[in-house]
Amino acid sequence: MTTEALPLVSNKVVQRKLIVFACFLVTALTLIPVVMMVLVAFQSDAESMAAKPSFWPSSWHPENLTRAFELVPLGKYLLNTVYFAGGTTLLETVTAALAAYAFARLNFPGRGWLFGIYLATLMIPSQVTLIPQFVLVAKLHGIDTWPGMILPHAFTAIGVFLLRQFFLGIPRDYEEAARLDGANRWQAFIRVIVPLAVPAIATLAVFKFIGQWNNLLWPLVISNSDATRTASVGLQVFQDTNGTQWNLLLMAATVTTVPLIILFFLTQRWFVRGITMSGLGGR
Amino acid sequence: MALTTTTEPVPATAVSPSPTSKPTPRWRNRESLTAWLFLLPSLIGFLIFTAGPVVAAGVISLLDWNLFSPPTWAGLRNFARLGPDPTFWSALGNTAYFTFVSVPLTILVSLALALLLNQGLRRIAVFRSLLLLPYATITVAVAFVWIWLYIPHDGLVNAVLGLFGIHGPAWLISDNWAMPALILMSVWKSFGFGMVVFLAGLQAIPQQLYEAARVDGTSPWQSFRNVTLPMLSPALFFVIVTSIIGSFQVFDQALIMTNGGPGTRTTTLVMYIYRTGFENYDQGYAAAQSLVLFAFIVLITATQFFFQKRLVHYDN
Repeated sequence: MTTEALPLVSNKVVQRKLIVFACFLVTALTLIPVVMMVLVAFQSDAESMAAKPSFWPSSWHPENLTRAFELVPLGKYLLNTVYFAGGTTLLETVTAALAAYAFARLNFPGRGWLFGIYLATLMIPSQVTLIPQFVLVAKLHGIDTWPGMILPHAFTAIGVFLLRQFFLGIPRDYEEAARLDGANRWQAFIRVIVPLAVPAIATLAVFKFIGQWNNLLWPLVISNSDATRTASVGLQVFQDTNGTQWNLLLMAATVTTVPLIILFFLTQRWFVRGITMSGLGGR
Repeated sequence: MALTTTTEPVPATAVSPSPTSKPTPRWRNRESLTAWLFLLPSLIGFLIFTAGPVVAAGVISLLDWNLFSPPTWAGLRNFARLGPDPTFWSALGNTAYFTFVSVPLTILVSLALALLLNQGLRRIAVFRSLLLLPYATITVAVAFVWIWLYIPHDGLVNAVLGLFGIHGPAWLISDNWAMPALILMSVWKSFGFGMVVFLAGLQAIPQQLYEAARVDGTSPWQSFRNVTLPMLSPALFFVIVTSIIGSFQVFDQALIMTNGGPGTRTTTLVMYIYRTGFENYDQGYAAAQSLVLFAFIVLITATQFFFQKRLVHYDN
């Protein structure tokens, strides 16, 4: 495509080979930390904790997986992470889609300034709301409960903003046709808008889910027992209680991040679209 | 609003007027009622958990409050405490150091890789996915691998440096190298985002522009400077703005990899807010710090939007 843009080497064949080689090289370098995480996870205790670390396991120890799960309740932590990330994602996606439809399609007094308030909070970093949210949850006795974990992170403005932008791009005619057939607003929303907006809704859901799976700070302050502890926080506990038992620590890290990597590969069409939408559509 | 005739012809009455041209709607009309019903679930949660806390942050910053005893009025004392607080200044300096080294590095790596992937490869999607992988991992999980990579003496990073005859530093426990170590890890973790944005931007540049440049006899560098960069500038601007905002909030990897140390060498602003609020239970002071963090983000972002007018090229 743009080979002409940068003819670094005059000979096209050599140039092409160099480019492919460079791609393989940077990709290999990039993957080293992830590969090492998995390799060390399967090393023996002695090998992983030796003064001179080894890279390729001299013997494989798949039992490290069950040992890691026995040392800390990793299974419980992972399930909690699914609840936390899934709960916030579901709530945010559903409520944001409904509100976005009102902002994109319906007339009501105060629409402009209300949307303005949503937009204004987009710029505010989450650390500003961290203290008040914590105080609120504490006063409502929500520390270490699911409502306390989920609710404060399920109503951000970004979802409403993204979906409204997408809904605005859907031609009004589709909806008007349904309305002529006697559909009310709710039916038009469910039967026309939502099916057309599946890519945008999926993109929002994937990003929200991955973002919350990654969230460390909020579970760190709200969760204080295994009842709601997520995997990110659990890994930190693991480190504190087990020091540098590298094979088990990195096995736990592998188990925590692999579901996300799988999700990423399954949804990468939406993932990449989401990044480019935010990068190029957001100007 | 243009009426397209993709389906059957729609009678003129079906064309709803654009929202702005509608005469002032009344509170009681059916459409507003429907609108509020659609809005309600989001609005209630948004007011309680997002908008409310923003206002509350301002109020709490004016209080002396440890959550256990009733709050007392502090006025602007919490903000005045920032001046003589060495840890705050150290955290601010560390955050600035992190941001102004890691953002340019991340942008350079993202741009270089996007240019490389845009050279007409056949399996571009495979490389793109694999290079995006670090971005899709859990920060806490990969932070542990990076601690392992940075082990002094015989860790993988120092082992590789040793091959070139370089005696590597003690990285995470070294006063001068702990922050560069965090920066390197963060560049690795986040370059994929910019790379994908730049790649999409590059693929959107019309080929005629390069052909025209070639006819004019420009060098590769000139066509990069005069075609690629201006056409890519909106994407660059977006990535720079979001990266700086994100970097100012760096927390996870610093907490896991160095816990702010050695000393306070890698204590960032968000880590200090966390310590103040949840280890010292000084909620008023923590809220004041968070507002100062917000003020810095606004200031830097506003500066960037000011320069955007001159440096960013928009097609329309």
